[in-house]
Amino acid sequence: MLTGNKVPVGEEDAAPVDIRDYVAGQENKGLLRFLTCGSVDDGKSTLIGRLLFDTKLIFEDQLAALENDSRKHGTAGDEIDFALLVDGLEAEREQGITIDVAYRFFSTPRRKFIVADTPGHEQYTRNMATGASTADLAIVLVDARQGILPQTRRHSIIASLLGIRHIVVAVNKIDLVGFDETVFERISAEYRAFAEELGFNSIQPIPMSARYGDNVTRSSEQTPWYSGPTLLEHLETVDIEVEAEGRPFRFPVQYVSRPNLDFRGFAGTVASGHIGVGDPVTVAKSGKQTRIRRIVTQDGDLDVASEGQAVTLVLEDEVELSRGNMLVTPEARPHVADQFAATLVWFDESPLLPGRSYILRTETDEVSATVSHLKHRRNINNFAEEAATCLNLNEVGLCNFSTQAPIAFDAFRDNRVTGAFILIDRLTNATVGAGMIEWPLRRAANIHWQALDVTRQSRAALKHQKPAVLWFTGLSGSGKSTIASLLEKKLHASGRHTYVLDGDNIRHGLNRDLGFTDADRVENIRRVAETAKLMADAGLIVLVSFISPFRAERRMARELMNDGEFVEVFVDTPFEECARRDPKGLYAKALKGEIKNFTGVDSPYEAPEKADIHVETTARAPEELVDEIEAWLRERGYC
Amino acid sequence: MPAALTHLGRLEAEAIHIFREVAATFSKPVMLYSVGKDSSVLMHLAMKAFYPAKPPFPFLHVDTTWKFREMIAFRDRMAKEKGFDLLVHINEEGVRDGINPFDHGSNTHTHVMKTVALRQALDKYGFDAAFGGARRDEEKSRAKERIFSFRSAGHAWDPKNQRPEMWKIYNTRVAPGESIRVFPLSNWTEQDIWQYILQENIPIVPLYFAAKRLVVDRDGMTIMVDDDRMRLLPGEKVEERMVRFRTLGCYPLTGAIPSNATTLEEIVGEMLTARTSERQGRLIDRDEAGSMEKKKREGYF
Repeated sequence: MLTGNKVPVGEEDAAPVDIRDYVAGQENKGLLRFLTCGSVDDGKSTLIGRLLFDTKLIFEDQLAALENDSRKHGTAGDEIDFALLVDGLEAEREQGITIDVAYRFFSTPRRKFIVADTPGHEQYTRNMATGASTADLAIVLVDARQGILPQTRRHSIIASLLGIRHIVVAVNKIDLVGFDETVFERISAEYRAFAEELGFNSIQPIPMSARYGDNVTRSSEQTPWYSGPTLLEHLETVDIEVEAEGRPFRFPVQYVSRPNLDFRGFAGTVASGHIGVGDPVTVAKSGKQTRIRRIVTQDGDLDVASEGQAVTLVLEDEVELSRGNMLVTPEARPHVADQFAATLVWFDESPLLPGRSYILRTETDEVSATVSHLKHRRNINNFAEEAATCLNLNEVGLCNFSTQAPIAFDAFRDNRVTGAFILIDRLTNATVGAGMIEWPLRRAANIHWQALDVTRQSRAALKHQKPAVLWFTGLSGSGKSTIASLLEKKLHASGRHTYVLDGDNIRHGLNRDLGFTDADRVENIRRVAETAKLMADAGLIVLVSFISPFRAERRMARELMNDGEFVEVFVDTPFEECARRDPKGLYAKALKGEIKNFTGVDSPYEAPEKADIHVETTARAPEELVDEIEAWLRERGYC
Repeated sequence: MPAALTHLGRLEAEAIHIFREVAATFSKPVMLYSVGKDSSVLMHLAMKAFYPAKPPFPFLHVDTTWKFREMIAFRDRMAKEKGFDLLVHINEEGVRDGINPFDHGSNTHTHVMKTVALRQALDKYGFDAAFGGARRDEEKSRAKERIFSFRSAGHAWDPKNQRPEMWKIYNTRVAPGESIRVFPLSNWTEQDIWQYILQENIPIVPLYFAAKRLVVDRDGMTIMVDDDRMRLLPGEKVEERMVRFRTLGCYPLTGAIPSNATTLEEIVGEMLTARTSERQGRLIDRDEAGSMEKKKREGYF
């Protein structure tokens, strides 16, 4: 081993140090992850640029490039525009705004830091949330001239919801109000009053000028009335150790490692607590108990694995365990439920619709989930609870969730790792929301699935048929009901047991409480799909004749049924032809504006991309089309 | 109560977690292996992530045919020693057209032999996830990139419309033809990389250590004469100097720095007093403002 290479470290510390000692010192430094947030133009990027510059973390070539850029895009006159150090995208530099979160790294003799510089514009709130989700502390910037703005509140609320417990209120541009103490005191008091309900453990207001460096890394002579720490001092010393000690052991299984017949290990990262060889553990979802036999790493087996470590656990017994499940301490088990309440932040342009099926993903588990009830929306200005039927972009609400299979979780306030999830749109795969679980719903725990002795197979066998759900979708007046009704007659004549669920008829009974908004349309389809499923279970051939305009709900219906039981029939009639036929006089009214939310007029119809059967009604008679559908069904053994 | 993780321990655990997420959720991942120091660290972490098994994916090297000879030798040695499945892809059309950094400039050369070649290779094998060694501290547009970074069916990055990335819950879903670039070293700095190499004794290409090498000065950079394809311009003269490299790429486009650091300790020591960033040694990043972002949008790593 080579040791003893003496080199100077930095300019101020001219004494030579041993490299290995130096590295060891670096190793034991704590880490603070923080973000800068607040409204547009409050100086977030400038502050980070200033921090990097003052902690001497800008290389000469970067500084040269910065001076060059400042002349080209800068907003600071002839001076260096520090914001350009972090606004790294072309569009950002051209528009002088921050679009997405940038991560920067710096360290001082006391701590290492990862900074997320997040955008202030409301439309980029999801990028702010991205930066906040991994942070321990938020610097909320406030322009001393503007005071607290709606975005200051929105960002503070999101920071609070995402579990951040420490806030610095950076009253920035204090130079532009003449270093006025009363302005600082007023803003500090206003912020504290507003944040009272947000559950922060510490709030530190600091008057500063990011542009000139006042109270950033050095105390300002211009603010003799301020006796608190500079920003950097505070960041170096703030105590962020959450009650990490004594938290129950949680190990979400990521990956099952089975390189050969003799080894079966469960790879993952310890989410909380610690575990030792020989300790008892419980499989969260099944309740099966076993013990830890080995804690495997490439650097040798460990005696103990603790929070944050990525290891592979080998168990004493063969228990059923795979990705999405959790190993936990038997003394404090997590909740296992398929219904729970969670706070949701919505990220997508198309709103959250209760009843629509989304993919819910926790750190390692993935299930289908719907919002069964939107309890309220949170007003971001006054924190009030408001009634709502959907959540729009950047809105926050409390929802009841229902998942297709139970998941294992803790409340988010107890565990940021096992209490969080994201929602993914089934069609676009976009990440559309982020959820923080509040509590499980009791009803999930008390209603157990009743196993029945007469099975769906035996019911169908008695009828000598294969159950199916024929799902007719198309515009109003496209001919769905005509075709479904003719087809039912034929099937009935050949001795099949059938039933037609018709959109208009169901809306007179089961669904008469529903209107035609997007949210109600989603619920309309959910109820019909569940009804069709029960009928298919009973052995029937079900013909569903519903406009069902959204792909997401048709897909939900397909996934609800057993494989091969769902047949999508696209009754394809152009809008003009439907409007011409207008059998119920609805198009005439809708086009005059007398009916709102009419599919094809002011409410969208998403045509199937790959229907099982596609019939075009303009060229051929309904009887011909019915023959064609019947032939298709016969070929596949449905009739 | 067990001791808290060290700084490098935290970074290592995060990277291992990311490797395992990809292996568990994608059908055909691949690791982009560029033979540089970051790739060496990435490979080391991949081995750790799946121990005692081998990484369940192949390693892909996109060879521009202008890499340093020592890089190719090192690559082949590592593949043999570690026993990983190595795929090498060369853009044969580019070779046929005689694309090279001298006649076509660094931009065209990099686009054809690296960006296009990478797209070819990803399409050829149908990979749906590709690990890369990029770090956020390297460059401004990289600082903006997600750990799981979505690419359209045409391999394009849309920096203005990235998926939110909350906590350690990664959205790994893609439609056919789409893919994700995954960066397990996102939160590492250059200093972390060197300290980790030192701590773990990770083998790296000898070009990182100072030695006497034949070089010429060109465009303010020190270029090594690695083989007889290097064309000298009038007035340029080849000298033997004590130099090393902070990053590695195509030899005619990579600048050496004067250095006497012949051990890892000396390199780390040099790092601590460095006054320029490592990317200064890369000709391709200086071609135009925002050039990295542009390349990335086109599918460059």
